[in-house]
Amino acid sequence: MINKTVASVDEAISGVKSNMVLMFGGFGLCGIAENCINALSKKNIKSLTCISNNAGVDDFGLGLLLKKRQIKKMISSYVGENDEFERQMLSAELEVELIPQGTLAERCRAGGAGIPAFFTPAGYGTEVQGEKEVRVFNKKNYILEHALNADFAFVKAWKGDTLGNLIYKGTARNFNPLMAMAGKTTVAEVEYLVPAGELDLNQIHTPGIFVQRIFKGEVYEKRIENRTTTKP
Amino acid sequence: MALTKNEIAKRIAQELVNNTYVNLGIGIPTLVANHIPSDINVEFQSENGILGMGSFPKEGEEDADLINAGKQTITSLPGAVLFDSAVSFSMIRGNHIHLSVLGAMQVAENGDIANWKIPGKMVKGMGGAMDLVTSSNNIIVAMTHTNRQGQSKLLKRCTLPITGVSCVKKIVTDLAVIEVTSKGFKLTEVAPGVSEGEIINSTDAELTVDKNIKTMVL
Repeated sequence: MINKTVASVDEAISGVKSNMVLMFGGFGLCGIAENCINALSKKNIKSLTCISNNAGVDDFGLGLLLKKRQIKKMISSYVGENDEFERQMLSAELEVELIPQGTLAERCRAGGAGIPAFFTPAGYGTEVQGEKEVRVFNKKNYILEHALNADFAFVKAWKGDTLGNLIYKGTARNFNPLMAMAGKTTVAEVEYLVPAGELDLNQIHTPGIFVQRIFKGEVYEKRIENRTTTKP
Repeated sequence: MALTKNEIAKRIAQELVNNTYVNLGIGIPTLVANHIPSDINVEFQSENGILGMGSFPKEGEEDADLINAGKQTITSLPGAVLFDSAVSFSMIRGNHIHLSVLGAMQVAENGDIANWKIPGKMVKGMGGAMDLVTSSNNIIVAMTHTNRQGQSKLLKRCTLPITGVSCVKKIVTDLAVIEVTSKGFKLTEVAPGVSEGEIINSTDAELTVDKNIKTMVL
């Protein structure tokens, strides 16, 4: 049986080099590959292009890579909540491509699914359209968007097995299954790693074929960005 | 008297149709969930990947793995379902969501909406807004009638970068309910104690007054 398990986070991120394109799953701080991001922030790797829905906060998530100036370009849909990001963007130290969230999701899915491009209505008639091809289908306007792929995709799941099969929890799923498909090398970190055959095959979200390396994350802080409760 | 944010949300809640799926944006739209009429069943979708979103959790029961698109901790209702972002936006672009309620910085008389960018000032990104406005069957905007400088947010043409073209169907502000028609803005309801003249003066576009104009019932 194929075994995708790697012994450590350092082994999991080995081969990541400067100037690479990396994908990071997660929505805000929910479902991010904390252990991989922490490990990458300690390496001398620079000029990265990072594809991620958001850019973390100043001292957690991708904010760690931003603070160390490891990121050259961000491709995201929403980048509020991060002062350092805003500073680097406004001073043009950081290149930023903002794209609609559904387009980002579909571009990753397409990249993993062998679809080079697709037409979507999102962004038609806006700055996002730019020079993109416009086509009319059934009297509605659409713009052409291209697939995204990455040298490495870093995803976080709740449970995984040694074959790389993954199960996500709650809304921590978000972009993870899509980016898992779009990485040349996909690294999955999980809270629970079990032998192949122990996960209920009816419940698996990401088939292990999309995952090249898997390991159990040492620590999960799982920081909450916006803790909101009902009044007692 | 101009409506409070909660009263705007309460008026929008009257637009909810039984047995439908609804996406609520960040800000005033989120408050709509607090005012669902007792005879109406709706399911709330949050574009980060849940349908059947419940209220905020009790203190001590927050789950870092269960948040809404505003990154707030939430709960799930019985029958709720979770999915990835591509499935989520399939629901949105595929017209499976019946109603989207969004905030806005500007709305134009042709239904254009601007709510994602102030060049040089606020450049945080559009999130899911551009997907939502191109595709929901019904887009309602919840906003104050004027901005902090007292300028009308209802205009002939948006001056800010737009989020979507000719997509807004109805606007509920602190002063009025306004429909977007092929002939521009139509004033259909006024807030209690607010005059038609006051609304016309606060609107930087042509405003047709509906012949059956009424006062909002809250």
